[in-house]
Amino acid sequence: MTGTPTDPRGLDIAIGDVDVRFGAPGGEVRALEGLSLDIPAGSFTAVIGPNGCGKSTLLRLVAGLLAADAGTVAVGGIVPRPGDGRVGLAFQQPRLVPWRSTADNVALPLELAGVGASERRDRAAEALERVGLAAAAALRPRELSGGMAQRAGLARALITDPPVLLLDEPFSALDALTRETFDAELQRLWLERPRTVVLVTHSVGEAVRVASQVVVMTPRPGRVARIVDIPLAWPRGPELADSPGAGALAAEVRQALAAEHAVELRPWTGGEAMA
Amino acid sequence: MRRIGAAVLSLGVFLAIWKLATVIGGYPEYILPAPEVVAERGWRAVGSGVLWEHAGVTVLEIVLGFAVGASTAVITGVALGKSVLIERVLSPYIVAAQAVPILALAPLLDIWFGGGLLARVAICALIVFFPIAIATMVGIRSTDPQLVEMLRSLGAGPAQRTRLVEIPSALPVIFGGLRVGVTLAVIGAVVAEWAGASVGLGVLINIANQGLFDTPLMFVALVSLAAIGLAFYGLVVLVERRLIRH
Repeated sequence: MTGTPTDPRGLDIAIGDVDVRFGAPGGEVRALEGLSLDIPAGSFTAVIGPNGCGKSTLLRLVAGLLAADAGTVAVGGIVPRPGDGRVGLAFQQPRLVPWRSTADNVALPLELAGVGASERRDRAAEALERVGLAAAAALRPRELSGGMAQRAGLARALITDPPVLLLDEPFSALDALTRETFDAELQRLWLERPRTVVLVTHSVGEAVRVASQVVVMTPRPGRVARIVDIPLAWPRGPELADSPGAGALAAEVRQALAAEHAVELRPWTGGEAMA
Repeated sequence: MRRIGAAVLSLGVFLAIWKLATVIGGYPEYILPAPEVVAERGWRAVGSGVLWEHAGVTVLEIVLGFAVGASTAVITGVALGKSVLIERVLSPYIVAAQAVPILALAPLLDIWFGGGLLARVAICALIVFFPIAIATMVGIRSTDPQLVEMLRSLGAGPAQRTRLVEIPSALPVIFGGLRVGVTLAVIGAVVAEWAGASVGLGVLINIANQGLFDTPLMFVALVSLAAIGLAFYGLVVLVERRLIRH
């Protein structure tokens, strides 16, 4: 499971004409409908759209946690299955097991794969080091700050060194300053060890800062409305946010969002007319 | 140290009120013996070996009945918590068995299980079962679904999810059930002895009460049962403290 030889630059993701519905027939919610998306191996893709547009559903599909009602999903040409070692997933909440130490939480994927205790300890220390949490190995989750807990969640997703990393708004609960340092670290992690990264986010600024392409989704039922390429050079420093190139790209993403989500994004213009 | 002090103090107050009641009420010994009379009777019962003989059997019944009842209850509770189908099928029987008075059921179980130690363990286990099974089911159901999904995303199967997250997170609730269950085990042992036994603290109560008209001896048996119950309850709390430390 962990020793699978894979392309060091990651695996591609191919989603073809996928439908996902929730709930009983009749009262069902159409989460995704006719969604097609190809994510090249080694790219950093940001998926953006307001709440309820199916971004998290899309990630669960790629992680193999959810089966599509129609259409195809493939990671590196194969249908994804949880625990196949191809995908690492970090959630919006850190989801640490409260009675385990940080190191034991981070090592959980290895434990499930049957890796021995001493190797687990070494690799957990290494993964914690990579996200700047080396000193917190023995702490319990309740002793960690929100930012530290998210780092631990990220370390857990990275410990098997998966060719695909999925991030479901992992920083949305953090304050804006902490977020910016996280964006920089994500970029560093990705440049150090290129792999396919898919980041679900609410933030246009974040998407443009970190991604090589930004996928804008439609309101529910979710589809891909537009893909904006972000051809800015790496590494991208904090000064990038103020550059005219980044500004124009952010404006392009915002326009695409506004075109799709007019009511959600600007309720004060449409609200009265609707009522 | 302060905890022990408080316990000693409350015991002293209890004994004082008891003594006061016998002095003011002036009850004859066969209705309410004074604490020192009971103590003296207890001393003699210990000396003659009578108390050990009966208490030993009752303790054995409690230990075996609780072990059997609690372990089957936890296993059943996990199954009930994990599968709605199993809960729908089993819970009517479990609830019905609990609703039927154990006093009425005990003589029947005594016959079915051959009247020996096995029968008494079965009766004890039955009364212990319900609160622990229900507590386990509730505990398993209250597991954070986000943790379960996290494990699922790592490829953990149902058994691994139960072992790694569901049982540990249900432990505080399970121990709530075990605390109730262990006190019920004491009642179960006495009820079982009443249904048919020749030795045990329940038997001693009957002998003292109806045979010998030795009310102080009956009190000795009651106090012994209370002490046994407290000791086992304390043991459960001790294990709980060692297991749950997060």
